[in-house]
Amino acid sequence: MCKTAGDAAGGDGHAHNGHQHHHGKGAAHGHGHPEHGATVRIERDVMDRNDRLAEYTRGWLDGRGVLALNLVSSPGSGKTTLLERTVREFGPDRPLCVIEGDQETDFDTRRIRAAGARAVQINTGVGCHLDAAMVRRALADLDPPAGSVVFIENVGNLVCPALFDLGERAKVVICSVAEGDDKPLKYPHMFRAGRVLLLNKMDLLPYVPFQVERFLENARQVNPGLKVFPVSALHGDGLADWYDWLQQQAAPAQPAAA
Amino acid sequence: MHELGITQEVVALVGEHCQGRQVRRVVLEIGKLSAVLPDAVRFCFDLCAEGTPAAGAELEIVVTPGRGRCRACRREVELDRPFGRCECGSTDLEWLAGDELRVRELELA
Repeated sequence: MCKTAGDAAGGDGHAHNGHQHHHGKGAAHGHGHPEHGATVRIERDVMDRNDRLAEYTRGWLDGRGVLALNLVSSPGSGKTTLLERTVREFGPDRPLCVIEGDQETDFDTRRIRAAGARAVQINTGVGCHLDAAMVRRALADLDPPAGSVVFIENVGNLVCPALFDLGERAKVVICSVAEGDDKPLKYPHMFRAGRVLLLNKMDLLPYVPFQVERFLENARQVNPGLKVFPVSALHGDGLADWYDWLQQQAAPAQPAAA
Repeated sequence: MHELGITQEVVALVGEHCQGRQVRRVVLEIGKLSAVLPDAVRFCFDLCAEGTPAAGAELEIVVTPGRGRCRACRREVELDRPFGRCECGSTDLEWLAGDELRVRELELA
């Protein structure tokens, strides 16, 4: 059986009748092999390796009572500003650590350390997202204490990070009003992947053509269960709701419900 | 451009399952809702396969359609993008199919 049943001698067919096939350069097998030219069904999920590692990480974090959140957004939406303020205002209640993902530089790690939290930087080089293996290594370096919260600030990109499970409890999407109210429909995978959304830079609302109602309608079309907190990370408006949510998530024995 | 990393993973999976033999054809299933562009994977494949058992293999991509079920009225809805609206007006759809990203089969030389 050279080929799958039904596939009668393909283009480069070399039926076994007279056994005159050739194998090109040094094919490493002898004759008498039963499945020569065989079609092998493997049915393997391409994300499997990443997802299994992420699952392992989730178990490791749960075992230590550590809450890990994956912060995703486009570049410039205010993730680092949000984290700086969160470190200063929520940090005193609970140990916080940050894993910073950027293509280049350690600017963000320095900002987080200056705000008062431990941080490790991952530079992805040409990579446009973090994956479970990178986060696994960063967590080993970070060694977050029991009961802490780990924020994973993903590479600024509204597309690729949606696909990669890092072992987090939830993805938190940050979107700023300066980006436009049509973003949920333009980047539906990311808005669908998030459990919570912080609509940031609300202080700019008077200056930009952004309709909050339209944004919410678009976001809920993609993700009806999405919880939205309108905030200004720069000035601190609306962040009490974010801290309450963090507190609920981080509380022991709290099931992962938004 | 996550397709580069994804294609590298496809080639790695092929390498694990090809029993050390050269691969003639790889059948990859990409769901319509999977956020992976078939053309981008195709673009990356030859490059990623170079120097591996998948070098020179034909890449066949099967795009599977998206299908969901309305959580409000239980009706099935076809989806050609990662969101939609049921006839009853609800947008709360459970995905039944279309987010696959799977190496289905290999043809070995």
